[in-house]
Parts: sequence; C-alpha cells; structure tokens
Amino acid sequence: MAEIVLKDVKKSYTTGVLVIHGVSAAIADGEFIVIVGPSGCGKSTLLRMIAGLETITSGEISIGGRVVNDVEPKDRNIAMVFQNYALYPHMTVYENMSYGLRIRRMPGEEIRKRVENAAKILELGHLLERKPRQLSGGQRQRVAMGRAIVREPAAFLFDEPLSNLDAKLRVQMRLEIQKLHRELRTTSIFVTHDQVEAMTLADRMIVMNAGVAEQVGRPIDVYDDPNTLYVAGFIGSPAMNFLPGRRSGDSVEVGALRIPLPAELRARAPESITVGIRPEHLQAGTGEGLTFSFNVETVEALGADSLVHGKVGDGTLIARVDGHATPAIGAPLTFHARPGMLHFFDTATGHRLRG
Amino acid sequence: MVENRPWADFTAHAILLIGVAVIAFPLYVTFVASTLAYDDVVTVPMRLTPGDQLVENYSQVLKAGSAKGSHAAVLPMLINSFFMAMGVAIGKIAISIISAFAIVYFRFPLRNFFFWMIFVTLMLPIEVRIIPTFKVAADLHLLDSYAGLILPLIASATATFLFRQFYLTVPDELAEAARIDGAGPIRFFWDVLLPLSKTNIAALFVILFILGWNQYLWPLLITSEESMYTVVIGIKRMIAGGDATSEWNLIMATAMLALLPPALVVVLMQKWFVKGLVETEK
Repeated sequence: MAEIVLKDVKKSYTTGVLVIHGVSAAIADGEFIVIVGPSGCGKSTLLRMIAGLETITSGEISIGGRVVNDVEPKDRNIAMVFQNYALYPHMTVYENMSYGLRIRRMPGEEIRKRVENAAKILELGHLLERKPRQLSGGQRQRVAMGRAIVREPAAFLFDEPLSNLDAKLRVQMRLEIQKLHRELRTTSIFVTHDQVEAMTLADRMIVMNAGVAEQVGRPIDVYDDPNTLYVAGFIGSPAMNFLPGRRSGDSVEVGALRIPLPAELRARAPESITVGIRPEHLQAGTGEGLTFSFNVETVEALGADSLVHGKVGDGTLIARVDGHATPAIGAPLTFHARPGMLHFFDTATGHRLRG
Repeated sequence: MVENRPWADFTAHAILLIGVAVIAFPLYVTFVASTLAYDDVVTVPMRLTPGDQLVENYSQVLKAGSAKGSHAAVLPMLINSFFMAMGVAIGKIAISIISAFAIVYFRFPLRNFFFWMIFVTLMLPIEVRIIPTFKVAADLHLLDSYAGLILPLIASATATFLFRQFYLTVPDELAEAARIDGAGPIRFFWDVLLPLSKTNIAALFVILFILGWNQYLWPLLITSEESMYTVVIGIKRMIAGGDATSEWNLIMATAMLALLPPALVVVLMQKWFVKGLVETEK
C-alpha cells in the first residue's frame, strides 16, 4: 500500500525524440488510476518507467515516499500484469505464481498460503497443476494477476491486460478487476486505449496524447468537462460532435446556425471557436435550448439505439436516437440541446474556453 | 484430399521403394560383408546372404583390429570417438547458448560487431584455418589428448546463431516479468531460458554429436598415437596400402560399429529432435 507521485517525468531517447513531455500526478494510496490514450501516446512507456523497465530521463518518481528513479524493478515493491500475460510457459500455474516468492526465499509454508489464497480469490484452485498453454486466455490473464497478488506489492501495474481477450471476456475480466480492487484496495495503475475500460474502472484517469497528460480527473468530470478538444473527442462513444465556427459578436456562426456564447465566455473568446455537443445530448424534436436541423445522411442501427448522421455547417453531426424510431435516409430531422450541454473550444489551441 | 487413383498410388510407392532400396542396399551389403569369412568377401561376385562369421569378425576387430592392416583394437577407438563426439556436442552447446544469451539480452559496446564477427566465421570451413589451429594446439601441448581433439572444434557460429534466433522469438515481456519477480540474469537464464531451450538443445545435440563423431581431418592431424585414434581414422588405417590385400570383412565390421552410436543417438532422441526442429514452446 503506497501512494505514487510523478513529478515532471520526462523520457527521451538517445535520438533526441521526446516521448513523455513532463507528466505530473499524485496517486493516492489505494486509488485506481487509468492511463488512457491512443497507441503511441506514451502511456505504456510511462507505466514501464514507473515499473523500472525504462529509465527516467528527468523528473522524479516516488513510490510510498521513496524516490525510485535508480531502484531496480524488483526492489520497487510493485507487480506488473502484461498484455500478453508473460507467463513462464514451462512452469505450472502454481510455479508461475510462486516464482517471485521463491526467489525472495520466502518460507514454503507462507508461499503455499499466499498462492492458495490468491487462487481462491481468482477461482484458479483447480488449475494450479496446469501449464499455461492448457489454459484459455481469460484463465491465463487471471494467473498473471495471481502472480501479482501473491507478492502483496505496494502497487499493481496493468499494461493493457484486457486487449488480448475477446469482447465478452473483456467485459467479464473488467468486472473481476473492479471486484478485486474493491477487496484488496491496492494502489493500481491501469493502462488502456479503451475509453470504456477507463470510464468504468478508474477512480481517476489520466488522458494522454502525444506524450502529454491532457487531463487528470474523475471519469465523470472528464466526460462532463473535457479540458481540450482532444479529450472531448477521445472520451465518450460515439465521439463528441465538433462544429467549427467563427465568432460573430456574442455568438458563434456555424454555417447558417448561430449559437449564442455563454455570458461568462464572451469577454475572452477568440475568433475561431469549435462547438462540441455529445450525440447523447441531442434530443429529438424542438424544445428548450438550441435547435439543430439536418437531413439524414447515414443511419447506424445498433439495436438499443441508432446513430443518425447529418451535415450542419462544415461539420457532421451524429445524434443518438431510439433504436425503434430509425428515420429514413434523407428525412429532415430536428434536434435540440440544452445550453449547458454545449462545449466551447478555441480552435487554434484546442483548449476549452473558460470564463 | 481423398482420391482413388491406383496408378498414381502405385507410382508413388514404387518411387519410394526404389529410394529406400538405394539407401538401404549399400548398408545391407556392408552388413553382409561384415559376416563373411575373408575368402567369401574377395570372391567375385560377393554373395548377398549373411555368412556365419559375425561373432568372429566383430570380436576380432574390437579386440585386435585387422591382421593385414592396422592392428589397433577398435573398442578403444570407439571410446575415443564417443568422448570426442560428446565433448564437441556438449561444449558447442554450452558455449553457443551462453554467447547467444549475451548477444541477445545484454547491451554492451560493439554488441553488433561481435555478433557479426561470430556470424562471419560461419562462412569459414575448418580446413581454411586448420594450419594455424594446429600450430596453436601443438604449442599448447594438446597433441594426442582429448583436449586437443575437442577444444579447437568447440566454438560454433551456427549453434550461436540458432540460439540467438530462438531467443529473439522469446517475448521480451518474459524477461521483464522475471526482472520484476526479482530474477537476476543468471536466474532468468537458468530458470526460464534454459528450460525453454530444451527441445532446441536436444535437436542441436543430435546434429553436433554426429558432426563430432564423423570428424576425420582434425583427429588425423592432432593424434599420432594409436591409443588416441578415433574410429573413423581406424577404418581408413585398416585399408592396407600398396600390394597388401585388405580384409574387407573386418573393415566392414568396423564400419558397422562406427555407424551404430550415431544411429542410436538419432533413434533414441528422434522425438526430441523433431520437436526441436518444428515446435517452440512459448
């Protein structure tokens, strides 16, 4: 059990390429943090730096109050779960889980107790004598977690642990990880590119893009109040609609549409403004707030609901409608959105406009 | 694909049978010759049914060699060959598995340079460097010794290369997981890499044992005492030079004896050998 503090952590390779541009975060004891971002954004590198598998170019990482910049991975008191499980193929499940403890010369009785306990939590009891190749993907992933649990480390590091599983299993394992964290309350850092995993698992999430932590916060805060255009587009599915427009007086012009700027933003609003609105916040018909009208171009029927695409100004608008009220292609539709559901961004910098 | 084409089946089997005959017939003749008395062996045409001298011929060569050619007993030669082949196979595996480990898992200056140095020696046959190697062995007083038979042959670029290729297919995460589990390089090598290489080691052992067993030129150079001869040299020395006649029945018996250990190694390790060539456990 420990808190993890990152202080302006940077990573560059000898070729001079900066891959982590100074990330700072304080992760509280017992917190479940998800680092989310597209592939190549540096999220795995950051995790591997915390694990000690990558060197830190500058900045400081401390685990449990101890600066670990120059500490070997084995002495950082962390355990890691890898995307491809990284189980030792020639060892049984029991041997896999106990290997780290055996190296640390823990007494056999204690090892047995810990492995059996972890096996019980993960429902692996009947598989202890099997080899990894005799297990399914989900079972292997559970063994990999078991190997982490028996160590009773200060922190768990998960590197996209669910990416190799099929969709159904992924949901199931997600719930198991959630349950596990509720039981063990161990500080956890979980890297994923899947925003659904991030939303459902995280106490707080770090949204990364091109080596920069764009926003750190509770999932619902990030969803409601994204800091940048990038975060707004990345979190939420389907992605937020963006309507690029120009400022004219106290409103934003998007094609023929005039969207009034909220009073607190008027003083410092720039020339080019992008207006964001989430598909789920567009309600069919006219009502309070802003009204959008367009002709249906494409419909994606998902069953429970349908996604309706149409053109507004220079942008495409996607709206989420009831799956049984699917409109015909070409039909004119009207939606309205409450003013509080609109997001305004500076098109040039990508930052959210704040009063 | 299930087809019923009797002629195709017939042709295929006929070709296979001819192939088997081409390979097996000389072996059969060797065996027959090794069971005949001297007079029968030199009769033209030689008979193709086994004779009654099997026990006599074999015990003769094992104990006392050939009366008309070399008198050296074959049993000590078989033992020499065995030690040499084992030494070469085990030594080559031990050295190449460690050098491959160094090349793949450690970052040291000139790492690639060293790898390519090793790789380049793949292209040099032993004959090219045999004179300098002999000079070195002689200066080190390795003539007529097991060390002299084994050591100069022990480095293997091929085996190093094969192990390197195998290590490159082992996922990096395995090494990282071991690092986090607290295993140092030696533990990782011993606990993880070595068990994973089992089948490769077995396959390589078969190949290298036969390679060591069949060495001719090097043992010929490095040994001058009969007690250090290997069986391959022994066969050659039984063939009498000049006008003297060779006892082909005894030479063939020696050839059969020389053939047995490699054949045994292949047969006993066949399962592992095939596994090592076709499957990797990851």
